Amino acid sequence: MRLTVISYTIVGLMALLLLGFWKLQIVNSDRYTQLAERNRVRSIPIIAPRGAMLDRYGRVIVDNYPSFSVLLLRDDPQQVERLLPQIADGLSLTLDDIRQQLDSAKALAHFQPIVIKPEATPGDIAFIESHRADIPVLEMLMVHRRRYPRGGFMAHVSGYVGEVSSDQIEESGGRNRPGDIVGKAGLERQYNDHLMGVDGMRRSVVNNVGREVGRLEQTDAVPGKPIRLTIDYDLQLVAEEALVGKKGAVVAVDPRTGEVVAMASQPSYDPNDFAIRISKEEWQALNEDPERPLLDRAIQAQLAPGSVFKILMSTAMLESKAVPADYHVFCPGSAQFYGRVFHDWEAKGHGDVNLHKAIVHSCDVFFYNLGKQLGIDRISFYAGNLGLGHKTGVDLPGEEPGVMPSEAWKQRVFHQKWYPGETISVAIGQGAIAVTPIQIAYMVGGIVNGGRFHQPHLLLSDKPAPEIDFPISDSTVDTVTEGMYGVVNEPGGTAGASRLPGIELCGKTGSAQVISEQGLKRVGKRAELKDTAWFVGFAPRQNPEIIVSVLVQGGGHGGVAAAPIARAIVKAYYDKKQGKIPPQQLTTQAVPPGIPPSFAADTARNNKTDAEAEEAVPMKPEPVSAAPQSTPPVTLNP
Amino acid sequence: MNEGTGIRDYDWWLVTIIFAICGIGLLEIWSATHASHLAGMHWKQAWWIAMGFGFMLLLSRLDYHSVLDKAPILYVIGIIALLAVLVAGNTRYGAKRWLPVMGEFLQVSELAKLIIIVSLARFFAEVRTERLSVADLCKAAVLITVPIGLILLQPDLGTAMVLIPVVLVGAYLAGIQWKHAAVMVLAAALMVPIGWHHLKPYQKERVTTFLRPEEDPKGSGYQILQSKIAVGSGGFWGKGLGHGSQNQLGFVPVRYSDFILAALAEELGFAGVFVTLVLYTALLLRLIQNAQHAKDRAGMFLVMNVRLRRFVN
Repeated sequence: MRLTVISYTIVGLMALLLLGFWKLQIVNSDRYTQLAERNRVRSIPIIAPRGAMLDRYGRVIVDNYPSFSVLLLRDDPQQVERLLPQIADGLSLTLDDIRQQLDSAKALAHFQPIVIKPEATPGDIAFIESHRADIPVLEMLMVHRRRYPRGGFMAHVSGYVGEVSSDQIEESGGRNRPGDIVGKAGLERQYNDHLMGVDGMRRSVVNNVGREVGRLEQTDAVPGKPIRLTIDYDLQLVAEEALVGKKGAVVAVDPRTGEVVAMASQPSYDPNDFAIRISKEEWQALNEDPERPLLDRAIQAQLAPGSVFKILMSTAMLESKAVPADYHVFCPGSAQFYGRVFHDWEAKGHGDVNLHKAIVHSCDVFFYNLGKQLGIDRISFYAGNLGLGHKTGVDLPGEEPGVMPSEAWKQRVFHQKWYPGETISVAIGQGAIAVTPIQIAYMVGGIVNGGRFHQPHLLLSDKPAPEIDFPISDSTVDTVTEGMYGVVNEPGGTAGASRLPGIELCGKTGSAQVISEQGLKRVGKRAELKDTAWFVGFAPRQNPEIIVSVLVQGGGHGGVAAAPIARAIVKAYYDKKQGKIPPQQLTTQAVPPGIPPSFAADTARNNKTDAEAEEAVPMKPEPVSAAPQSTPPVTLNP
Repeated sequence: MNEGTGIRDYDWWLVTIIFAICGIGLLEIWSATHASHLAGMHWKQAWWIAMGFGFMLLLSRLDYHSVLDKAPILYVIGIIALLAVLVAGNTRYGAKRWLPVMGEFLQVSELAKLIIIVSLARFFAEVRTERLSVADLCKAAVLITVPIGLILLQPDLGTAMVLIPVVLVGAYLAGIQWKHAAVMVLAAALMVPIGWHHLKPYQKERVTTFLRPEEDPKGSGYQILQSKIAVGSGGFWGKGLGHGSQNQLGFVPVRYSDFILAALAEELGFAGVFVTLVLYTALLLRLIQNAQHAKDRAGMFLVMNVRLRRFVN
């Protein structure tokens, strides 16, 4: 009897067991099939090299060099944990460092390897190769590391690359995946989709200890396409050199096309630091640096233009015909408006002043009066149409619009009434008005071009850039041009020191206060409170070919601090044009040979990085550069 | 099963079933190991099967009553062996379980299991009553506690655990009274926390991961989870012999013995599992049928327990 019970029990247990197998093998089969597949297949990415950045003549400015990253395969955490001390020792990392990286990758799937050392040294590679058997969790990944010119040369234009952020992943609509290296700033970001290739993938069958036992398929990487810039390396070099040690920006544009031939901003940073892996501390230091090296002053510094604004005032006066063309005032050194005294920069006054003389000598009293005659809304109308108060549309991320005040603007932003006295300040480029260096180049380029505004751009293209027309009469162009020619070439012109023999350099200086006279007396004279120096120049007088806008913060007088920089660039432009200086020969190595010592010898840290970078390529692979001959540079319509 | 057993006296059904099971086992061992450094293991297994069959023929010539007669001697030998392994055994994987005998390593607890079964059979046969008294129960308890305790000392939790159903079924067949059974179950339940407290950490871990393998899929639950993946991915028809990725790439742990069923489930699918389990059920039922025909209770115990052990394994 008891045996019968046991028989039934056995049959019952067997049925239960079968039921369990049914559940696993039939009901949940798909899930387990997936898991099994994931077990046996390992996908190792094949990183696509980014496209190079070439200057307008095809000289390589930014390219790549091959490098190895050390991957840690985390399929078996216990094994990893056991091997950690050995790994840390062999790769000269600290245990804490590796643990931290493991921790931060916790959210990632276990089968996804993580990079524990982005730049493998020859020693690291030897270590990994010789321990394949007993440390099977290490793997090397060939990557193409971005190589930028040293010392922050053109850094704000090129931008830098880094690991894609979650926002960018969303933005890309699935094109970018976590861990991808994408452009984070500058052109790297702007033309990321063009520069970035498509990573390939090697799918291999691995066994339970992670050793490859077969290869399933391989999708080759599609390299990114190079871009050709409008930048002229020779002029860029002059601009960078001229700005060393200063805080400011240079923008040089061909007003006939809108092509930016040089664009620099200082202080700068070294994008190479970002190319490997920037530590939290370094990033913080850059961000919190009071000099704000990450700021691209060419498109992001929004400052009062000072007397440079008088170009716009002159144009507005002539075009609006609110006052006659021979309008003139007497300048005694100051003038009173609405019960307040406004000083001229020249305390002893300029005497009787017409428009030409007002431009040449930068007479404030003339423009105070003109401002009163025009009124803020008329000034604002012309400013808006001549490129101020909104972005120029240059093909760089993060451009700032500046501020061009008007009655409506003040009402909207401050819910306050506009005071007529404020117009007087705005008339000489002070007060609520703020512009960027690129806006100044854009505005002047449009005015001297008879009102044809070409959108500034950095990508060389066969197609003309978008153009905005705001026709300006020839007589206005002539008068303004003559005034600006006088600034440099007439006796008493504010930029007389920057005269260039044989070259018709025209320009306008500006020196904008960052603090009122009274305020300055209160806090004492400090360097950071010194005037913002501006200069915008162009050449030649007729049909200008190059416009240079220069900003030097705390530089003091525009004629002293800013004009010589513009002069140097214009001179280089003509020297080159007339064949006096040969163009710099650049090879595929991105480190410009002619780079001044101030760029090369940046910091000890940079030198170390570079030394490591050179060492990291012991097997001398082909220099991976998107050489122009192999892949013709493709230009985009900006 | 009289003296002078003839060919016709063998249970040919039983033999057929056993051979079928062995065949499936051989096939899967071959499939699981042919592409690895363990290749050729199926020949070893075939050799063992042949030896086992020979041994079985030999045993069948013997009257099990003579074996039972020697049960006390066997028991003493077993205890001595267990003591010997504790004193002079080979330590492997942190446990003393192996005695070197003729160049091979003998896992003594395996032998002890057999001896315990024989001794239990002898003991219950001698009781000769339909209702077990408390005194008898206590004696039986002492009889099995000593070897189990020695096995636990090695430590070999697994073998000790396997013996529990053997004892339970034995007690049940011997006619344990329900109230005694209830008291024992209660006592055992009370012992659980105390026993738990004395377990080594890795032993505790093994128990918890058995109950909840998903909690640490890459750690201690790895083996169980990987086996489940193997089983689950097999589907109805399986991936085919030699084509189970979990099995062939080594994700299924000790796929040639402990987890052979997982390997089989992956490659032969639910169909294969079904056939195998039906064969096992048939085997067990057939054995029970034989036990019912056995002349006395000791024979019944032997049949039941020897086979039961196989199944649990």
